[in-house]
Amino acid sequence: MEPKTLFDKVWDAHVVEHIPDGPDVLYIDRHLIHEVTSPQAFAGIERRGVPVHRPDRTVATADHNVPTVNQHLPIREELSRLQVEKLEENCRRHGITLYGLGHPYQGIVHVIGPELGLTQPGMTIVCGDSHTSTHGAFGSIAFGIGTSEVEMVLATQCILQPKPKKMRINVEGELGKGVTAKDIILYIISQISTSGGTGYFIEYAGSAIRSLSMEGRMTLCNMSIEMGARGGLIAPDEKTIEYVRGREFAPKGEEFERLAAEWLALATDEGAVFDREITFDASGIEPMITYGTNPGMGVGVTGRIPEPTGSEAEQASFMKALDYMGFKPGEAMLGKKIDYVFLGSCTNGRIEDLRAFASLVKGHRKADDVVAWIVPGSHQVERQAREEGLDKILKEAGFELRQPGCSACLAMNEDKIPAGKYSVSTSNRNFEGRQGPGARTLLASPLTAAAAAITGRITDPREFL
Amino acid sequence: MPREKFTILRSPFVPLPVDNVDTDQIIPARFLKATTREGFGDNLFRDWRYLPDGSPNPDFVLNQPQYSGKILVAGKNFGSGSSREHAAWALYDYGFRVVVSSFFADIFRNNALNNGLLPVQVSPAFLEKLFKASEADPSTELEVNLPEQTITLLSTGESETFEINAYKKECLLNGYDDIDYLLNIQEKIIAFEKEHNK
Repeated sequence: MEPKTLFDKVWDAHVVEHIPDGPDVLYIDRHLIHEVTSPQAFAGIERRGVPVHRPDRTVATADHNVPTVNQHLPIREELSRLQVEKLEENCRRHGITLYGLGHPYQGIVHVIGPELGLTQPGMTIVCGDSHTSTHGAFGSIAFGIGTSEVEMVLATQCILQPKPKKMRINVEGELGKGVTAKDIILYIISQISTSGGTGYFIEYAGSAIRSLSMEGRMTLCNMSIEMGARGGLIAPDEKTIEYVRGREFAPKGEEFERLAAEWLALATDEGAVFDREITFDASGIEPMITYGTNPGMGVGVTGRIPEPTGSEAEQASFMKALDYMGFKPGEAMLGKKIDYVFLGSCTNGRIEDLRAFASLVKGHRKADDVVAWIVPGSHQVERQAREEGLDKILKEAGFELRQPGCSACLAMNEDKIPAGKYSVSTSNRNFEGRQGPGARTLLASPLTAAAAAITGRITDPREFL
Repeated sequence: MPREKFTILRSPFVPLPVDNVDTDQIIPARFLKATTREGFGDNLFRDWRYLPDGSPNPDFVLNQPQYSGKILVAGKNFGSGSSREHAAWALYDYGFRVVVSSFFADIFRNNALNNGLLPVQVSPAFLEKLFKASEADPSTELEVNLPEQTITLLSTGESETFEINAYKKECLLNGYDDIDYLLNIQEKIIAFEKEHNK
């Protein structure tokens, strides 16, 4: 038999039909929905007069719009409230399970899927959100879709999709002290650019990837879209199996053992061919930070902002980004003053991220002039953080735990960074205005964010480790 | 559900020579709170188009009356970032029917095609020519011919062919959409579910 990649094995098992000269009809095992990208899709199927084909394969939560304080009160912002109410109404009408505000399972859609065991290896998973790539950490094919595609999946549990090309990115060797999954992915994007993965699905492999926890793998796969790739995935191994085992919606007993054996067999076969393959040396990666307005504009935290290169248009775009950030080529990143720190998002809002942040700030104090928002990715993460006493460590250091949601990652709720202010953020996008109109975002790991929160400046987290 | 059909479009174009225009620029997240598809054009490129006090930014191309038309010509890697289809809706709602760039992000490309907005990928050299041509004469026109898959700068006659998947081309030419297709093969989908124990 011809050797196959992990990606091919999962994709091929879900093809209902191949349209000649066209896309594949791909069957979707799990459809996750949230309040922002679903209302027009529900309106669409209702206009067509068709029901939701598989409400049992659809799960909803409210995350993008929700406040991160006083969640027991009605949402103050009217349009946000209406969108959340519309989701409740649509789910009720179509028999879809909703973990809405106040539900113990509510949280960021890409945090709750894995923690509830809704995300399983070998599945196809879609959501109207580009960071759906997160779930690829389990060896599933998971990618973000537009609202017309949400409508397709609601109506038929299928989607029309051309099969992407395959890329393997190997990260080999041992990671240095203070270097996390976030630094690996920011480093990769800085090397291959924000469009270097466009047209590809990426498999991450190599010893440094295997050494990552499931949380780290999720952080890595989460940002695949930031290099243009539709998604990224990692072969299931014992860590994957142990993470899924016993979770609420994971299979149980003998069925689990049978599936676990199938999941382990999904790994890419020896000799399988990729359209492109790149290898990076893990020991060459530093804690990373971005200086510009796309996630590819990143350097090691001890590095300097590069000089513009390339075509006239490329140089102009580069300088436009630096102008927005208030930076100049050649400047060092260390020591730059910052105003806000955001720990959270589907990239770094999991328990391990809170632990990392807390471990670094323990015994220190937040800088007085820094505003810090610590937003757990879900109620379960929040509960676990309290059980582990992380809230106390944070409190002693001057930080407060907020309530779960997407929060300042995209600032759809009230958590907005003011214009001109610098925010060291563990989220995934540093686009202009992403965290609020005029806000200036510097993407980094939870450790680097924690170090900045203590000193009020961009700081090498290794000084604290 | 039938949509407007696309065949040949002749129009002046709006140049936006910026690389990596992400979907947060096309339509910022704070404007994603509507529950219908209409009206997003008002907030297209909101934070570039308007100054913080809400007045139009005279430096932004959509506020410069010499530039108009149903075609947007933008720098490479257009539409990166979020999966928000609202970006395609906003461009369409504003009046654009074609976006030309030397490179498109995948999700944006799909979203555009699903909404009758044609993404036309040209070579970097051709893109550069378009920017130069509009600088010299803002009223210069383009012809986008979907059946022939060509894009032509009418002032000079220079032309390039562009790629589009045959299935998607058929959909645009006839105003079909993917959901019609999928609903038509529903029996096959149900058979697949039975066979694979879904």
